[in-house]
Amino acid sequence: MSTLPSEQTVSGAPAQPAEQGRAVEQPATLANGQARPPAVIEARGLCKRYGQHWAVRDLDLVIHEGEIFGLLGPNGAGKTTTILMLLGLTDPTAGTVRVLGHDPWREPLAVKASVGYLPENVGFYDDMTGRQNLMYTARLNGLPEAVAKERVQSLLEAVGLAHAADRPVRVYSRGMRQRLGLADVLVKSPRVVILDEPTLGIDPAGIREILDLIARLAREERVTILISSHLLHQVQQICHRVGIFVGGRLIAHGSVAELSQKLAGGAPLVVDVEVEPKEDARRARDLLAGLEGVSSVDADPKTGRLQVSCSRDVRAKIARTLLEHGVDLVGLGLHTYGLDDIYHRYFQGGDAGEQREPVAGARPA
Amino acid sequence: MSSASLSRAHAQPKAWTAGPPGLWAVYRKELADHVGGWRFLVLAVLVLVSGLASTYVAARTLSETLAAAGELDPFIFLRVYTTGSASLPPFTFFVAVLAPLLGIALGFDGINGERNRGTLSRLVSQPIHRDAIINGKFLAGLAVIAIMLTALMLLVGALGLQLVGVAPTLEELLRLAAFLAVSIIYVAFWLSLALLCSTLLRQTVASALTALALWLFFSLFAGLLFGLIADTVAPVTDPLDPEQVLRRTAWETNLGRLSPTILYEEAVQTLLNPQVRSLGPLLLEQVIGSVAGAPLPLGQSLLLVWPHLVALLALTIVCFAAAYIAFMRQEIRAW
Repeated sequence: MSTLPSEQTVSGAPAQPAEQGRAVEQPATLANGQARPPAVIEARGLCKRYGQHWAVRDLDLVIHEGEIFGLLGPNGAGKTTTILMLLGLTDPTAGTVRVLGHDPWREPLAVKASVGYLPENVGFYDDMTGRQNLMYTARLNGLPEAVAKERVQSLLEAVGLAHAADRPVRVYSRGMRQRLGLADVLVKSPRVVILDEPTLGIDPAGIREILDLIARLAREERVTILISSHLLHQVQQICHRVGIFVGGRLIAHGSVAELSQKLAGGAPLVVDVEVEPKEDARRARDLLAGLEGVSSVDADPKTGRLQVSCSRDVRAKIARTLLEHGVDLVGLGLHTYGLDDIYHRYFQGGDAGEQREPVAGARPA
Repeated sequence: MSSASLSRAHAQPKAWTAGPPGLWAVYRKELADHVGGWRFLVLAVLVLVSGLASTYVAARTLSETLAAAGELDPFIFLRVYTTGSASLPPFTFFVAVLAPLLGIALGFDGINGERNRGTLSRLVSQPIHRDAIINGKFLAGLAVIAIMLTALMLLVGALGLQLVGVAPTLEELLRLAAFLAVSIIYVAFWLSLALLCSTLLRQTVASALTALALWLFFSLFAGLLFGLIADTVAPVTDPLDPEQVLRRTAWETNLGRLSPTILYEEAVQTLLNPQVRSLGPLLLEQVIGSVAGAPLPLGQSLLLVWPHLVALLALTIVCFAAAYIAFMRQEIRAW
């Protein structure tokens, strides 16, 4: 992927797009009173039932133009079903969907003409070359031959496959196939791109390339992107907003920062403490458990770390107590809720199947 | 790489050609796949070699008898297609046996192959109607079959002309054209049956085997089975009782006409052999006054096999319609 501009890198911060001074493009900057870009995907009360099983339940989702939205959830959470409903490939049991103003089930061609879809485990005709595969897609989209040729060539270059364009897809690696899949999605010059598990089965370097490509696409083309994934860590890097999808329900959505705030909101205050030598952790636990305002203490003598749950900020008291008793304090801080916490909090017990009420307090407003 | 390479092509997509969106593209791609594929190549070579070999043998036999008898058979050119020898069955036999294989080979992985490769979900997310996929596949298969059978007929005709040295009459040409049309419909039946299997079954191997099993059943066992059923339903206790014999024969013939293979064989027999004047038992009183061995005019032959043609066509349409409906109703990720 040497053809990618190096200036554009994906730094981990989810809020990064807002810092680039391209406010017009960024729905994330809405707080400052900008006009909200038009909604391109709108789902209201969307439900899908297979027999007795609700694959998707009461989904309300609005995605705006130029946004990168991450649909995150464990396998079997109903992500793919949602995508199929957005594309009009399966009919909703209840609720309405509008994609670019069209009902996908009633006007599938209008939707499919401007929505590119990269399915999970995308497949190609192995005996045809990468270029031939893309040309076929171009013809299916009714592009005139000359336009198609040009477009396919430029897309092959854009995804870094120009050198392998005339080799049969049979010899492509997994990462190359995935990039070819991205090019394939772009052949029709879509306004919305839906990617189902685009990073599955690719090595870390390949994942980075794919994500870079997606991020650049959204920026340069003002394409709205919906990414489904069960890998929160990877996808959050480029997503403006994420929605957490478990057991057929969207249980939370917002930027990663918002989610972690929301998560912290309902939880008791936790202070992380680290002591030296590590064996002192147990003694420290006994000392801290007696403090006023502390409700419980967990200690791990192997790492020397403790987690102190308390009703108010007792950091100063903890430091004083430990020093007074000769325990060396090497780390002290308020626990912040990061990705791992979001992940565990929302994804645990997330195997589709019986759906209980969503985690209290985590319901989107 | 500049950002321009990713930018949207502003030329609005124009209809690439008339007709339902995507149908022509699918058709072209499938046609190219078939013609370039090894399956088609193997079968084409097989049919070609066996067809030409049988024609060669038939033509040699014919020219010998021709020289010996000195009398001209009015339908000598048709004989090129229908004469066998001790060592090789006639051309029509090879077409009847091998052509269904061609249909099966072109269709058995039509839908489930796409599914297993993961290309189907990509296809259905393009702005085409879903039926363009199955229609395009069927039409491409049909085109391949038509082109191949026509070419084969012409080759065999040319070889026969060369070896026997007698030009065909107009009636013979018309009869051959009718034979070609029936053969194309017959192979189209197997194509649509194979497509149906590929829609209903998940594995390409399973659909190929199912289609082949049906083919084997109809070409080998169906006749035996129908005979057995006829024996059971209308047993002949006294071989001299015409009522009983007729009843049994009627059962066997009518059951046999459930089989596309038997329909096809009867149709071909009638079309290429003008002496055939009935496809059922003929009573003595019915042939009183007829000139033995006198040929039937083409119109009468056609009249005789008209129900066969309609039945074959109907079977093809039913199979394709079943495949079509099954495909249209399937969940895209049903498996």
